[in-house]
Amino acid sequence: MTINLGSVSDQSRPEARPVLDIDHLKVTFATDGGDVYAVKDVSLEVKAGEVLAIVGESGSGKTVTAKTILGLLPETATSGGAVLINGNNVISVSAAKLRQIRGRDVAMVFQEPSTALNPVFTVGWQIAEGIRAHAGGDGGKRVSGKEAKARAIEALRKVGIPDPEHRVNYYPHQFSGGQKQRVVIAAALALNPGLIVADEPTTALDVTVQAEILQLLRDLRDKYGTSIVLITHNMGVVADLADRVVVMYQGDVVEEAPVRVLFAEPKQDYTKKLLAAVPHLGHNSASEGMTERAHQKAKVLVEANNLTIEYPGRLGTPSFKAVDGVSFTVSEGEVFGLVGESGSGKTTIGRAIAGLNRTSGGSLKVLGYEMLNFKERTFKPLRKDIGFVFQDPAASFNPQLTIGDCVAEPMMIHTNPSPAQARKRVGELLESVQLPASYAARYPHELSGGQRQRASLARALILNPKLLIADEPTSALDVSVQAKVLELFKEIQAEFGFAALFISHDLAVVDILSQWIGVLYKGKLVEQGIGSQVMGAPQHDYTKRLIASLPVPDPEEQARRREEHRALLGI
Amino acid sequence: MGTIVLEPKRKSLLDRLPVSSHIRQSVGVQRTMLLIGVVLCGVFVLAAVFAPLLAPYGYSQISDVDGSFPAQAEPGGKHLLGTTVGGYDVLSRVVWGSQTALAVIVAAVLMSIFLGVFLGLVSGYFGGWLDRVLVVIADAIYAFPTLLVAIVMSIAINKGQSGFWGGILACGFAITAVFVPQYFRVIRAETIRLKAEPFVESAQVVGASSARIIGRHIFANATRTLPLIFTLNASEAILTLAGLGFLGFGIEPSSAAEWGFDLNKAMSDASSGIWWTGVFPGLAIVLTVVGLTLVGESINDLNDPRLRGRKAAGKGGPGSTSGAQAAIAAEVRGS
Repeated sequence: MTINLGSVSDQSRPEARPVLDIDHLKVTFATDGGDVYAVKDVSLEVKAGEVLAIVGESGSGKTVTAKTILGLLPETATSGGAVLINGNNVISVSAAKLRQIRGRDVAMVFQEPSTALNPVFTVGWQIAEGIRAHAGGDGGKRVSGKEAKARAIEALRKVGIPDPEHRVNYYPHQFSGGQKQRVVIAAALALNPGLIVADEPTTALDVTVQAEILQLLRDLRDKYGTSIVLITHNMGVVADLADRVVVMYQGDVVEEAPVRVLFAEPKQDYTKKLLAAVPHLGHNSASEGMTERAHQKAKVLVEANNLTIEYPGRLGTPSFKAVDGVSFTVSEGEVFGLVGESGSGKTTIGRAIAGLNRTSGGSLKVLGYEMLNFKERTFKPLRKDIGFVFQDPAASFNPQLTIGDCVAEPMMIHTNPSPAQARKRVGELLESVQLPASYAARYPHELSGGQRQRASLARALILNPKLLIADEPTSALDVSVQAKVLELFKEIQAEFGFAALFISHDLAVVDILSQWIGVLYKGKLVEQGIGSQVMGAPQHDYTKRLIASLPVPDPEEQARRREEHRALLGI
Repeated sequence: MGTIVLEPKRKSLLDRLPVSSHIRQSVGVQRTMLLIGVVLCGVFVLAAVFAPLLAPYGYSQISDVDGSFPAQAEPGGKHLLGTTVGGYDVLSRVVWGSQTALAVIVAAVLMSIFLGVFLGLVSGYFGGWLDRVLVVIADAIYAFPTLLVAIVMSIAINKGQSGFWGGILACGFAITAVFVPQYFRVIRAETIRLKAEPFVESAQVVGASSARIIGRHIFANATRTLPLIFTLNASEAILTLAGLGFLGFGIEPSSAAEWGFDLNKAMSDASSGIWWTGVFPGLAIVLTVVGLTLVGESINDLNDPRLRGRKAAGKGGPGSTSGAQAAIAAEVRGS
């Protein structure tokens, strides 16, 4: 363990001492299933003005490591080793000392800005809270309300909130998601900490907003010399922002390298596999080399014509148009990719095709059935030709039933098979999604996320549907698992030949699967075309911005793209 | 992908039953509290079941071969806990009283669970005007003091007084009327939450009928909190029963022993220094209610992972990683 003395500012002598020094950190949690070793042996350093990214998949211990830096572990955790911030060991200091360190020496930016801010206080009050909590502590003078507010305004200006004098009195709900994240960053910056720990700071945000927040974090580093520990699973974000990368796997550091070295020549097998699994825009496109739309001679399964879907407003407020005049077709055997950010109406369209949402205008024909005058009784016979894969594999299975029962359910309802027939068919289906047939006897919680999503695919396909709707089927999965599920999806689609509507916010993922892609923006279909053409030469301004915002997992290429698109993104 | 040969271990029956599984996973103070509760409840149930063997006399016995029992005799001798003004043996009355209490709890809670769960499922799943009407009725019943509803029900059913089974059913119905809204509300809220869960939607997409969705998907998931409400309500049922008996709407002393009734009769004794007629039935009520409440509250705490205490980490061996972790590991590594 290294012992650090003195408290001279690091920024004058960056080599002298790291801002953060983690030495042989171990964290163990007590759980019902026995002890879980979340972090086994982690040592790392962050220098002044450096952005260190900690990447890893779920369960790798990256978030636990981040929480340890601020002493935020729950009571059930025991930690060993040392976490030194400016000479103080966070693990062993008193609670009072820890409070001083938090905010002043190190601050945190959380994943979900909507929940990190208290909705009943103004943002100015929340930023000032930290400032006032730290004033008057060790002999310093107290900060007046006025002064605290002035400093809050200053912090808001730093993070690029327009008109901060005014906005300081706003409540969190008056800001958009990206602005809220800026406010959270402003609160973290209020006391000029030398180190910011950002735990998945852009995961809850749309790509176009993500690009702005990444630029903001980069500016903080460049202008104020703030060090950043960036916790993320997104390799694109790492390539965009990080200087150095630590790859974690199951509580251990697998590899540590400067970002360019890591992406160019990864040393460890795990890192290589992880990087290979990350979808890369423009690589491995399903529509590579296509010049015209495929499957157009086949029967049209879904035909939307000027489709409008409204959600009724509350008393006195107008209804909300989630889908506004959208027209498209999906033909037999075709994979149609629907891309859009949150609130674009993509999920609403998928649900309307499955009869989970009512349409309110235009025409939507599903397998020849007009959904405008939808009746459950008349639509039911068609349901066996439609499969649906939900986003969250954990929630889409009844926890009380076995996987076999869940997968067999569509059969039970429509074809009334004997138990032996059902068992045989379930076994076949599980085999074709590459799960052992013995898994039919398991309960959903006994499977991992990727296995559950395969089982979900098996359930959707058990009646050989003509149409499959997949609503963000891989966004709850880790990249390496996602890569396998996507590959499986592609193989099975080729084998079974069903048409699919593939809905996702991730352009790269959609491009891997779909030949024809539609881009939704605020309920309108702004562009549709052959995948590689939409990705390569977007026509609509929104599509251009969307593609420019998406960080690619390659630091050199990403730096070049950032320069090229600077004007387009307005950063 | 790497095939995992590890077969999932089925839990033994003891690990799946509500209370015994809770005892196994509890530690420290929480475990002590739960065990005290379980012991108190156990004593209560045993006393009720074996009342004919345990009680020295019948509940309405005022004489034996040696002649009439003395009135208001002090504890000791033939009458371990003394006798009442009417010449009843206090110990016998207390022991037999547990039988009445248990019968009423079982009748009341079973009736309210069936009715409450059924109405809650239907009302929560279908919604609409049926839901609105039922919620208004439930709220209206809530607005009355529980004892008042119980008294009104008791009068309406059998004019306030009756024999053993009639009295028990009357009390049971009275308590049911009070508790149905509670079960209804809990189950309805769970049903509304579950209705929006993807697994219910996935059943809808597949074309499952409403009856199938309610029966197969919602029922088992919505009723998992029932053991908890059951134990908490059982203690309230005892208090309501005792209150009814105390006010004279219970069961006649000649047809069953009832703690609340005995307490009522002991009121005038208290001022003349005769303590044993009131203390023992009162103690029986208190201990039973404490026992049931301890079990209920402990289950509540143990069901919530944030409140559940655990052994300190770092004492087990490194081999104790769970199966789920191994599955994830294999998924990530395998190819």
